[in-house]
Amino acid sequence: MQIIETGNVAAALGVKLARAQVIAAYPITPQTPLTEKLSEFIESGEMQAEYIPVESEHSALAICIAAASAGARSFTATSSNGLLYMHEQIQWAAGARLPLVMCVANRGVGAPWTIWNDHQDSISQRDTGWIQIYANDHQQIIDSVLKAFCLAEEIMIPVMVCYDGYILSHTHMPFDVPDSEIADAFLPPYRPPYALDPADPANLNTVTMPDGRPDVRGDISPGYMEIRHLLQHDMVEAIPALKRVEERFRSMFGRGHDPYVEPYRCDDADYIAVSLGSLSYQLHDVADALRAEGVRAGVLSVHLYRPFPDRIIAEALNRCSGVIVFEKALSYGYQGPLCSDIKSALYRYAQGKPFVTNYILGLGGREITTQDLYEALKVSCSPDGGAGEETRWIGLKIPAGGTQT
Amino acid sequence: MKTTILDLPEEELIEPGNRACAGCALGIAYRAGLKALGRDTLLVVPPSCLTVLQGLYPIAATKLPSLNVTFASTASAATGLLAALKVTGRTGVNVAAWAGDGGTSDIGLQALSAACERGDNFVFVCYDNEGYMNTGVQRSGTTPQWAITANTPLKGKMQPNKNVPAIMAAHGIDYVAATSAAYPLDLYDKIKKALTYGGVKYIHIHIPCPPGWGFEPRYAVKLGKLAVETGLYELYEIEKSQLRHTGASLKLMEKRRLLPVENYLRAQSRFKTISDAEMEKIQDQITRKWEGYFKSSEEAQGGE
Ligand SMILES: Cc1ncc(C[n+]2csc(CCOP(=O)(O)OP(=O)(O)O)c2C)c(N)n1
Ligand code: SF4
Ligand SMILES: [Mg+2]
Repeated sequence: MQIIETGNVAAALGVKLARAQVIAAYPITPQTPLTEKLSEFIESGEMQAEYIPVESEHSALAICIAAASAGARSFTATSSNGLLYMHEQIQWAAGARLPLVMCVANRGVGAPWTIWNDHQDSISQRDTGWIQIYANDHQQIIDSVLKAFCLAEEIMIPVMVCYDGYILSHTHMPFDVPDSEIADAFLPPYRPPYALDPADPANLNTVTMPDGRPDVRGDISPGYMEIRHLLQHDMVEAIPALKRVEERFRSMFGRGHDPYVEPYRCDDADYIAVSLGSLSYQLHDVADALRAEGVRAGVLSVHLYRPFPDRIIAEALNRCSGVIVFEKALSYGYQGPLCSDIKSALYRYAQGKPFVTNYILGLGGREITTQDLYEALKVSCSPDGGAGEETRWIGLKIPAGGTQT
Repeated sequence: MKTTILDLPEEELIEPGNRACAGCALGIAYRAGLKALGRDTLLVVPPSCLTVLQGLYPIAATKLPSLNVTFASTASAATGLLAALKVTGRTGVNVAAWAGDGGTSDIGLQALSAACERGDNFVFVCYDNEGYMNTGVQRSGTTPQWAITANTPLKGKMQPNKNVPAIMAAHGIDYVAATSAAYPLDLYDKIKKALTYGGVKYIHIHIPCPPGWGFEPRYAVKLGKLAVETGLYELYEIEKSQLRHTGASLKLMEKRRLLPVENYLRAQSRFKTISDAEMEKIQDQITRKWEGYFKSSEEAQGGE
């Protein structure tokens, strides 16, 4: 069924279709309408789930962690400082191997306070052991939520579905709502490998020593490092697992896309702009404009950020001569994290070629004009990236130490 | 009805031999407490001495399923377990959280307060060894005034402790109790009674700690009893807002004779820097408090 709704409602509909059983959330802009919608579905009886209005995001994830440990499909959502406040629990959920799904309506982080969009919140959780999927539009949001539960439960790793605050969370767009019977077939009820149960007691997340120790039968158990190595191993395995999920989705719903990257006019491109989220579609227009001028430009949108599909990304980029990474996040004191990741992928799979440049833009909701993108990309579509390897900022009005321009 | 040692359930839910220090009173409290909770229980445990007592992976001392959680999240995790039991259609399973005083009165208070306000149905046990023992005896919100700890090393803690049961009672929950590892039957009966109520039930347990307080391991029970017999620590319950002393504290009301608090304080090296004047002040506070109790019980009897 085609409807016109906001990105937050798309996410809520995805959670409803997934039949999440326990939902705990705390209000924060721009996530709030998503969880309000879920509480409405539950109060009206449209959805059978426990909704727990908590006193903090830390507790929201605590409830999901415990509920999943006792066998319930669990969901939460947040943004910005709410996500940062969860940080300890985010790590815990991944270490405990719980198949949670969380939506992040991306927003900048304080200080100073900002409620507007950038990617610093979810990018700062990059190394927590969660899978991170970035959606570019409403269709991708609703579909990704459904796929996320499927993937999480197959490999027992939690998944974050990230989408741009306001730009997607609050705008209305048409999208197709998957049929609920097919959704049920696609995502059957959660069957946990273990759920806390007095008839089958276990002590979960116990203190674990650096080296494995013998159990009561004398068999050596894994130590902390083996447990963490397994997480890394399974994270990498999530790359092919996501493809299987995607193929199943496509066969059942007749729709789908490359789960890793979304290329636009990349086949013969000399220059490829790379980004996460809705910005990619704005870059499509810029690539078209440059193509009209004879510059062979393309755009690569990265959907799966962790695990990082490095070989796939390198293969998508290694035939061009310049890669231009546009980012709404920064590893302070260095460069955009996606840029670093792409460089490292190219170093391994493309002998350090092509040339890579990096633009930081849109922090705290600073407007990104297509004109700015056009000018930046035009400059960078040259064999040395236009102005060398220095990370450049787009849309900055007062450069540090400088005067207003 | 009071439980006696003869009718305490025989089944042990914690294995003999665990990783707590010699003479730790937590083992006594946990053993009796788990018997009261029974086999059909899911436990939640934040980092604390109890995490260590329960054992190192892959061996567990507890026979009940137990979820180790982050320090601040104990009560919320208990809520999560309840939610999962509900949505998966399992009934007749108790949820109980066991946190230390730090995990309760300091970092865990926010989540606990929220669970009380939501009326989530579980037992929250705070075992109070009066400090952050697991990290090497630092002060907590319940460390008593003048106690030397690793981060109040010379003069002792300057501030009086918080009254956590009173904070909990202020939430208007149906059942709040204070008990002690030195009186395991009192503890057992209170947890049993707690299970008859809905919402959060709060049980505060005094836990003498030999290395943290500075006394020989064989004296843990003796110290626990002294705390009560001097009137410093009280055994009571607040049932539907009605406060009532129990066990040895109720006996004190009848006998009207408190042991000098000096007997308790001088038995522990953590109070070694306390001056006579400070000691007298503590004694005065206790005496005044109990005279108030005696008076109100006389008035209550006179009015009968
Ligand atoms: C967020 C966080 N901060 C600090 C710690 C370190 N820590 C572990 S146990 C503990 C003290 C626990 O004190 P209490 O709750 O009173 O239990 P006890 O060890 O005294 O039994 C601390 C500070 C932690 N694990 N997590
Ligand atoms: S430090 Fe104290 S409370 Fe902790 S295990 Fe040792 S005796 Fe018990
Ligand atoms: Mg303590």
